[in-house]
Amino acid sequence: MGATFGLAEFGFLLSGLRWTLLLSVIAFVGGGLVGLAVALARTGTSAVLRRATAGYIAVFQGTPLLMQLFVVYYGLGLIGLQVPAWAAVAIGFTLNASAFLGEIWRGAIQAVPSGQSEAATALGIRYPARMRHIVLPQAFRIAQPATVGYLVQLIKGTSLAAIVGFIELARAGQIVSNQTYQPILVFGVVGALYFVLCWPLSLYSARLETRFAANAR
Amino acid sequence: MGPVLDFGVVSDALPALLWGCLGTMGLAVAGMVLAMAIGIGGVLARGSRIAPVRTATIAFVEIIRNTPFLVQIFFLFFALPQLGLKLNPTVTAIIALGLNGGAYAIEIIRGGVQSIHKGQTEAGLALGLHRAQVFRLVVLKPALRAIYPSLTGQFILLTLTSSICSSVAAYELTSVAQRIESDTFRSFEVYFTITVMYLAISWIMMTGFAVLSRQYLSYPTR
Repeated sequence: MGATFGLAEFGFLLSGLRWTLLLSVIAFVGGGLVGLAVALARTGTSAVLRRATAGYIAVFQGTPLLMQLFVVYYGLGLIGLQVPAWAAVAIGFTLNASAFLGEIWRGAIQAVPSGQSEAATALGIRYPARMRHIVLPQAFRIAQPATVGYLVQLIKGTSLAAIVGFIELARAGQIVSNQTYQPILVFGVVGALYFVLCWPLSLYSARLETRFAANAR
Repeated sequence: MGPVLDFGVVSDALPALLWGCLGTMGLAVAGMVLAMAIGIGGVLARGSRIAPVRTATIAFVEIIRNTPFLVQIFFLFFALPQLGLKLNPTVTAIIALGLNGGAYAIEIIRGGVQSIHKGQTEAGLALGLHRAQVFRLVVLKPALRAIYPSLTGQFILLTLTSSICSSVAAYELTSVAQRIESDTFRSFEVYFTITVMYLAISWIMMTGFAVLSRQYLSYPTR
């Protein structure tokens, strides 16, 4: 094994980065789908569903992501499901993302002026079409800055898969650091890779926010 | 082969876990105090007349906010000894939490300070208050009042983030749980229990913040 941090080690970090990206995409897509259901239930007419999803969000926002990963990871094993590590963390991240995205989108749905859905109702447009064509398109526009901003949290959050033992960027960094005894250099490079991934998204989110604020004025 | 679920090991370990809860709360509160100091100092530095100070503050905020806490704490864990600071893991964890929370606090407090109308500062100066008094009483306090919900929300997040400090073996709930887990192999039971404990800790913190705001941020009624 190489004693110093060279090209091979950097390549290993990049292969970890690939898993970080993949995990982020899975969590965003999965979390987006479940999160949409959560947001709709949270703003729907059923009091039971509203309360249940409020509890769901409170639990996921009130406990550490690391604990959620541990509980899902060991919980799946306990009920006899032998899933690979990547699938377990993907499920954990999906559930977590669904709670946060659900809460962001709930706020956005409620921010759409109520006259919009009242007018649609008066025109005889039923709930599915009303949501799909009138409320949600406007809500997603409102939610855009916060959603992109959350994407940064999500990418950073995938680093916790390292603690469960899954080899993504942060874990790859630990391995390389242990081999080369150059922790400051290695974690500096790992941090820079995360930064390259997250900073453009942060800037984009901030730009969306100013543009949105300018339009609203 | 024992029963599928056995919370007996958890009740045996309850005293250790409750001490871990106190450890987490102590770590979080120390981190918050440091974050608050960095936040207020950072807002002043961000508005400094010296350009490099402004740039350095912006760079600090952007670097912290766009890299994972896990990488930050590893970096500090190895970088601080190189600077001649041989600290125990718990102190390293407090510094990491403070720096991380501080970067977010700078942005949040800055938003609040910007929302204070310039006329207020001018009125304060016209009344003969010192610059420091104007900042503390006329700008900072109303700003904190305005951004209190997002600031305390960020501090709850800091409390939850402190679980990551277990990866450098700081004394807090998750590392206590990991020790119990490796002794008993009851992973699910242990982690499920401390998840509930974290939920309780965030509720305690939120109640604390509500009390604090009534004590220090409410408008005088007499």
